[in-house]
Amino acid sequence: MTNEEIRQAVIDILSDISPDEDLSNLDDAAPFRDQLQLDSMDVMDIILELRKRYRVNIPEDDYGKLDTMAHTVEYLKPHLS
Amino acid sequence: MYDTVIIGAGMSGLAAGIRLAHYNKRVCILERHKMVGGLNSYYQQSGRNYDVGLHAITNYAQKGTKTGPLSRLLRHLRFKWEELALVPQIGSTIAFPGVSLRFANDIALFESEIARNFPVQIDGFRKMIGELIDYNQIGMGTDGGSAREFVARHISDPLLTEMLFCPLLYYGGARENDMEFAQFCIMFRSIFLEGFARPYQGVRLILQKLLQKFKGLGGELRLRAGVTEILSRNGRAEKLLLEDGGEIHAKQFLSSAGWRETMRLCYESGKTQEQFPAGRLSFVETISVLRHDPKKLGHDRTIVFYNDSPSFVYEKPDSLVDVRSGVICSPNNFDYAEPLGEGMIRITALANYDRWASLDEKQYRLEKMRWYDRMIDSAVRFVPDFRNQVIDTDMFTPLTIRRFTGHENGAVYGAPEKKYDGRTHLDNLYVCGTDQGMVGVVGSLVSGVTIANKYLLGGE
Ligand SMILES: Cc1cc2nc3c(=O)[nH]c(=O)nc-3n(C[C@H](O)[C@H](O)[C@H](O)COP(=O)(O)OP(=O)(O)OC[C@H]3O[C@@H](n4cnc5c(N)ncnc54)[C@H](O)[C@@H]3O)c2cc1C
Repeated sequence: MTNEEIRQAVIDILSDISPDEDLSNLDDAAPFRDQLQLDSMDVMDIILELRKRYRVNIPEDDYGKLDTMAHTVEYLKPHLS
Repeated sequence: MYDTVIIGAGMSGLAAGIRLAHYNKRVCILERHKMVGGLNSYYQQSGRNYDVGLHAITNYAQKGTKTGPLSRLLRHLRFKWEELALVPQIGSTIAFPGVSLRFANDIALFESEIARNFPVQIDGFRKMIGELIDYNQIGMGTDGGSAREFVARHISDPLLTEMLFCPLLYYGGARENDMEFAQFCIMFRSIFLEGFARPYQGVRLILQKLLQKFKGLGGELRLRAGVTEILSRNGRAEKLLLEDGGEIHAKQFLSSAGWRETMRLCYESGKTQEQFPAGRLSFVETISVLRHDPKKLGHDRTIVFYNDSPSFVYEKPDSLVDVRSGVICSPNNFDYAEPLGEGMIRITALANYDRWASLDEKQYRLEKMRWYDRMIDSAVRFVPDFRNQVIDTDMFTPLTIRRFTGHENGAVYGAPEKKYDGRTHLDNLYVCGTDQGMVGVVGSLVSGVTIANKYLLGGE
């Protein structure tokens, strides 16, 4: 997957989790937590969706690395190529 | 073999089931009744639709709200805000002798009412809100002591204290007269800070949505499938025995049957008596169908919490019913685009399970009629007299609650001690719902989601 495809995959997950959210202006450098008010249970939800859709297993110690869109894409790249 | 089997298709069991099915777990919900919903089910009688328990959904949040239990719940269940079709309340009242406090889904009204009626207390009240607002809202906290002690640090007027406790105890008090601090924070937020709403169609809409979603995701539901025993080996639950003699194996088990009831399924009865105290608090509820909308009689309150003396007693009464206090709910008085049509008034009061259980069938029917009248007589001291408008009635008692929840003593809010972490003595058996410490429709849904997330979705 290209960076853009990975980004879109994450956007798809986010829009499933928060269907009422406008994601078109998402700032890739800013934490999800601040922009979307996602809490730790939501972050876990993103991780579960990644596992369900792309069979990526993310160890619990790495959950913190998925805090922004930019970091998430970077982290997922080796897993999704 | 199933990944998870869930005991009970009430709100918490359905919510947990949706989470598990969404993540492709093989999941089956076993429900003793022929209907889903548990305490919050619905029925038809003489062609009319009734909800079993629903007054209002708590924790209201407007569309677009991102924080708070309702928003979190919508995200985890993958519901759009519109799907629950929640319509906010018009406004509610706490009525004690000589003082009434109005509140709605905006804390500003409640604050101004307190400032007007208890000017010396308002600063303390605001400080108290500041302290409890950040308290962990997912019910995974631990017992933080007595709510009365917490309130006493901020509020010195005993009448105001009672008026604050009355709605919170009625809508979530598992103990007599006091609550755990954790429970108080959750309840305070859900009622006074977020507030009440209701779908136009009542609880059936919510249950239908939950069920559709669960089944759409491949979840299995078995009705008339009461569980009689949980068999374990080496500290792990192995299988369930069913009323019809069948057995069901699974890797993990989740019970929404209540703590004491779940333990009873694990051990021979008798052992459980002292070890797991049962709740004592139960309710009766009268339902009066009115010819007209109650607003025509000048009654526009969504919910009225009333008490006829300065101190409020929230205890198991000695008599069949305690008519000194109660809750009057009018499902008509939400801000619907279209009025509901017929009027309805529901009144809840404290009741004694043992007294109701000791009656024979004829006495039971007679006492229901007598106490229906007494409850209404008591309530019309606080709302316009609607007695000549009544065209149909129904009433439920602690025995009804017992039948719908399986809770001993008809204990509405379950056991006095909560199991916040949802764990049991068996590695792969967890509890959710009322006895995990979350009450109400939203609370029990949150509980199902939280326990599923925490224990049942990890690993592969
Ligand atoms: C009169 C009244 C009014 C209420 N009004 C409101 C309100 O207005 N707003 C609000 O938010 N909340 C209200 N509540 C509270 C709300 O109904 C409950 O908190 C909530 O429904 C609890 O859900 P639950 O899933 O924890 O448990 P339950 O609803 O008790 O579900 C448990 C399920 O498990 C099943 N079960 C039990 N044992 C077994 C077994 N051995 N085998 C198979 N199945 C079993 C039961 O049949 C039941 O369906 C009210 C409660 C009462 C009594």
